[in-house]
Amino acid sequence: MCTFAQNFRERNFISLENMMVATKSIKFIAILVLMMTSVFAFANEGEHDNQHHEGGNKIDTPEEIKEYIAHHLKDSHDFHLYTNNETGTHVSFPLPVIVWTSEGLRTFMSSEFHHDDNGHVIVEKDGVKLTKIHSKIYELEAGADEVVFDDHHHAENAHKVLDFSITKSVFGMLLAGLLMILGFGALAKGYKKGAIPTGFGRALEPLVIYVRDEIARPNIGEKKYRKFMSFLLTVFFFIWILNLLGLTPLGFNVTGQIAVTVCLAIFTVVIYLFSGSKDFWGHTLWMPGVPYILRPILAVIELIGFVLIKPFSLLVRLFANMTAGHFVVMSLIALVITMKEAFGPVASTGVSLALALFISVIEILVAFLQAFIFTMLSSLFIGMAVEEHDHH
Amino acid sequence: MDQLLNDFSPGLFFMQAIILLILIVLMRKFAWKPILESLQTREDGIKNALDSAEKARLEMQNLQADNKKLLNEARAEREAMLKEAREMKDKMIEAAKTEAETQANSIIEQAHAAIESEKKAAIAELKSHVAGLSIEIAEKVLREELSDNSKQQKLVDSLIGEATLN
Repeated sequence: MCTFAQNFRERNFISLENMMVATKSIKFIAILVLMMTSVFAFANEGEHDNQHHEGGNKIDTPEEIKEYIAHHLKDSHDFHLYTNNETGTHVSFPLPVIVWTSEGLRTFMSSEFHHDDNGHVIVEKDGVKLTKIHSKIYELEAGADEVVFDDHHHAENAHKVLDFSITKSVFGMLLAGLLMILGFGALAKGYKKGAIPTGFGRALEPLVIYVRDEIARPNIGEKKYRKFMSFLLTVFFFIWILNLLGLTPLGFNVTGQIAVTVCLAIFTVVIYLFSGSKDFWGHTLWMPGVPYILRPILAVIELIGFVLIKPFSLLVRLFANMTAGHFVVMSLIALVITMKEAFGPVASTGVSLALALFISVIEILVAFLQAFIFTMLSSLFIGMAVEEHDHH
Repeated sequence: MDQLLNDFSPGLFFMQAIILLILIVLMRKFAWKPILESLQTREDGIKNALDSAEKARLEMQNLQADNKKLLNEARAEREAMLKEAREMKDKMIEAAKTEAETQANSIIEQAHAAIESEKKAAIAELKSHVAGLSIEIAEKVLREELSDNSKQQKLVDSLIGEATLN
């Protein structure tokens, strides 16, 4: 009887725990749903003033597809979900625009541009006229009421402003950062309860160990790798999460923004230049073991290598890979439209689906690979800089 | 290239730098440091446990070797003791034997001597006895011979006859 009661109690306890987990996930879903509904609330807000946009404008010609892809690859000031072709309305939610103009800081929601991207809508904020052309925000010169374009479609009477907006990319970065802090914060907290992580931490821990043991340790060296772990781990997971976010239909293309990859590469350069050992600078600037005449030439070559070529290879590799991945996936999806006339709707959809699926699977691999390569090369360069040679 | 430069957004660059910097600092404080420290302590713990297990194994081995050595020593000692005992026994037997022999010899000798002296005493006694006896007999005989005069005369005669004067 006693054991039965115990059993019963235990079972009850377990089911209670399960219930707690269940309520937790229900809460999470509820928050998600709330967020979604607020998104659509925003979207509805934007819809009304949208009639000026050419209604029923389907993207069905190669030029339009090209333009659409090019537009996607760029950063944008609002979070575009989809466009209803029947009514010509865009469903999206606005993001805050923060710009530094000639008159100072101006902030407003991107919905004020009404999805215009051609400089037609002028937003006036405290004496500053702003407009958006090809995902860039321009400030109109004093006195101008309308953007005047030259032959190359460049704005003549407007100039770009410093744009600190929470764009889609910044939003993506914040999301990635939030995910990282939540995920790894939970893992860190988990260690207080026991030496072995539970739940999702069990999946994250091997990744941390992987970065430490396969990337940092062999490249930087046992003695010095600790100092750089925070940077390497952060960059690795940041790039990986952003790459993966880029594969979702949300359509982030953060790591395909040249500014983002430039920034990442500059971080690496600054870190390895500032932690360079005496040996590193000695070997870079005054290479021992070569004729004296060659040493200055070598110093210039080495310096260019470390300051320009290495970071350039880093930033271009990541940028090009991610941009190309997005471009290929979108082009393959667009095959549905471009091949429809030649092969019929079923065949074109099938081919597009198969190819897009295939490339998407490869892109999942590339997402990891690029994060890995960036971190790997960063740690390799750091390793070169901190290395201390045994004098032979 | 021109397109690339045109796409470069200084604002985005700035935001990215700020976000990355803050993220690195936050992650360092709230995630990487505690995670890496916990990993380190765990790995050290595992290493220590393995080391101590190895040490225990070695100790066990040493102990076993010690035991074996001790056993061997004890065996050797027993052997030696047995040998010694055997030797001692042999020696004792030998000593006892020689002692017994000498003792026996001396006893025999003594016995011999005693017998000899006894014999001598007995002979002497016998001799004295025989002498006494013969004297007695002679007395008796003499008494008998000299009991009457005739006989005395006869004797004297015979003796005088014998003792012819030459």
